[in-house]
Amino acid sequence: MSSGSESEIADDASVAAESHHELSFLRKYVFSMDHKVIGIQFYLTAAVMGLLGAALAGLIRIQLTWPTTPLPLLEKIFPVAYAGGFMSPEFYTSLVTMHGTIMIFFFVSLGLVSGFGNYLIPLMVGARDMAFPVLNMLSYWTIVPAILVAASSFFVEGGAAASGWTAYPPLSAVPSASPGSGTGQTLWLIAVALFIVSFTMGGLNYVTTIFNLRAKGMKLMRMPLTIWSLLIASIIGLLAFPPLTAAAVLLLLDRHMGTSFYLPEGLYIAGELLPNGGGSPLLWQHLFWFLGHPEVYVLILPALGITFDVLVTFARRPAFGYRITVWCLVAIAGLSMVVWGHHMFASGMNPLVGEFFSIGTLLITIPSTVIGVNMIASLWGGKLRLTSAALFAIGTICFFGVGGFGGLFLGNAAADIQLHDTAFVVGHFHFMIGGVTFLALLSGSYYWFPKMFGRMLNETLGKLHFWLTVVPFYGIFGTMHFYGMAGAPRRYYNLTQYGFLDSVNTWMPLVTTLFAVAMMVGQAFFLVNLAKTLMAKKNAPDNPWGATTLEWVASSPPPHGNWGPDAPVVHRGPYEYGNPDSEEDCVHQTVPAEQVPAHS
Amino acid sequence: MASDLALPDTEPLTFLGMSWRKVMMWIFIVTDGLLFAGFLASYGFARAAATTWPDQNEVFHLWFISLMTFVLISSSATMATAVAAAKRSDRQTVSKMLAATFVGGVLFLGMQAFEWSTLFAEGVTLVSNPWNVPAFGNYFFTITGFHGTHVLSGVVILGIVLARTRRGTATMEGVELAGLYWHFVDLVWVFVFTLFYLV
Repeated sequence: MSSGSESEIADDASVAAESHHELSFLRKYVFSMDHKVIGIQFYLTAAVMGLLGAALAGLIRIQLTWPTTPLPLLEKIFPVAYAGGFMSPEFYTSLVTMHGTIMIFFFVSLGLVSGFGNYLIPLMVGARDMAFPVLNMLSYWTIVPAILVAASSFFVEGGAAASGWTAYPPLSAVPSASPGSGTGQTLWLIAVALFIVSFTMGGLNYVTTIFNLRAKGMKLMRMPLTIWSLLIASIIGLLAFPPLTAAAVLLLLDRHMGTSFYLPEGLYIAGELLPNGGGSPLLWQHLFWFLGHPEVYVLILPALGITFDVLVTFARRPAFGYRITVWCLVAIAGLSMVVWGHHMFASGMNPLVGEFFSIGTLLITIPSTVIGVNMIASLWGGKLRLTSAALFAIGTICFFGVGGFGGLFLGNAAADIQLHDTAFVVGHFHFMIGGVTFLALLSGSYYWFPKMFGRMLNETLGKLHFWLTVVPFYGIFGTMHFYGMAGAPRRYYNLTQYGFLDSVNTWMPLVTTLFAVAMMVGQAFFLVNLAKTLMAKKNAPDNPWGATTLEWVASSPPPHGNWGPDAPVVHRGPYEYGNPDSEEDCVHQTVPAEQVPAHS
Repeated sequence: MASDLALPDTEPLTFLGMSWRKVMMWIFIVTDGLLFAGFLASYGFARAAATTWPDQNEVFHLWFISLMTFVLISSSATMATAVAAAKRSDRQTVSKMLAATFVGGVLFLGMQAFEWSTLFAEGVTLVSNPWNVPAFGNYFFTITGFHGTHVLSGVVILGIVLARTRRGTATMEGVELAGLYWHFVDLVWVFVFTLFYLV
């Protein structure tokens, strides 16, 4: 809209920041325009959605482990989905679809990018709020209906969408193709469209805030790596999401207006010839993965940035190769936009095209490896303090390595054709988009919890949480790699009928499920920790970890407007640990250069 | 210009000489451009795969489309004049030129409605057409329709900025941002025009 209304609104917000007058409860905690409240809203929403996604995963595990055992208890809870004590195949495909959708869009993205992004960007660059607070508030209040629409799809006729989180046509384009292809698929598309709208509003704010609202002295090359990674992730998200919007519009038209964008001629559904013709289901795959692949990096990059910030604080060493890391993040982002075809090696593409996408994908390993090595080198010779946050950060490096090795196999067209659509792929992407991001989310949670809520999380429970997350995670998804190599396809609801899997079926699904139970127990420690801490008195000092970046100058939690009367002024880079001119082991970004010479 | 959110103690930064509003508008335009890129790339994909495609000379009245294009491009010129006048704080010219741009936008939408209804009358619809190439109608109506909704929202924005200019509450930057969006909508039309009517 025109800028007049924006400036009036911006004026309102700056008046609020100046005078700190008391707002009503509704304006302060519900329809808040304060980036910190919005960040916490996103964070807590993500936590709830994470639990929901985990519950769906639990049902998937039960089905894969005991597909032929009647489950009367579940029949009582879900009388339709478990009619006769056995899960219906349609419900199973809905489960994998919604588990993926919820975890990617409404858990990891909301927690890492929207949650930490909103909370940290203004604080770490020294701004009082986001550039456009109203848009920021709208971004949260667009996600709420998106989640309600997605969740409601379980209760419509035919159940939730069942074509996978990738929504491949014709299953997703023909409402009569499967029970979940009906209303459930339409609701899925609406939910994803609302998510994109919300992400766009958030992303516009993140990028402009980082570009235009930095504190005095906060040069781009003095920004913490968390901010760099959020900036680059927001940019690739803004570039990659619009084509998916276009794809979703075309899919909606195919579903409801009788067009044939994705429907070829001569398609039979339930024995009936469809009237459509002239389209191609491959078009959707191209458009979807043009988003889908960069989306992986939208989620992975902030995880890497957060890991760096946590590692340096607990190793008391500057981040190794700060500049190189920034450029590697940029390189990964650039390459991520041109490798979408590696998800489509099995679609019958020209081998030369496949070669292009293979080479592009393998090129990504170069900047990724540099970042991985930089993370490890940041620990070299450090005085490590193994707090929960640091443990989770180190775990992130491990998962990044393991996931990356799996990626080498899948990025290679020849190996991928064997492994495509097997449990190997499921194991691989859970280490990357699931594990790296989840551990970084938890690492950031332990690290910034004192800032966000003014209280320190319990370390003993935190360490139990760590070991009961990382070890079971290897158990679950490591096993899946081998299950996939044995030939187990993904998204099949009953794998007992394939003789070639008999030898592994006796133990692999069960082992995976037992590890999953252990991991759920681990997360219970976190929930107990959260509840206990939130009920305790506020006890966090402003800078509990002795970190150097700007957010630790503000009080814990920071007031509305973040900085009181004087905004911080930045005199040096983000990681001046072991500055030879200082007696302290670290020099905060706000310490003037006249006091301690700046080295970055 | 209206004051920024930043308090007086932080200097408002510019990025490449632009305020945050303009930066945000540019990024939005890039994302919106990629939306059309998605549509047009899909259209290219379908054209490449299609064995036959209707002859444009047979489907369209090209002189009429050229007139539509002329109207829209002229409205870009009046918009540019309005922005230049806003920089000189020449309120009267801004008001006149915005009104001319507004009229141009409405005229374009009217002509597009006329074109669509003519096509409907000839049996060319979203799902079927006399040449039996469903992809043609699929893409033509979806993409020109999406462009039309962008023109419509542009017209609404122009209306708001025009009303503000009359009341004296518009800002120079407000006019400029509306102008950026309007030029973008026109630029998209140049691509749509080329790819549907000429190629």
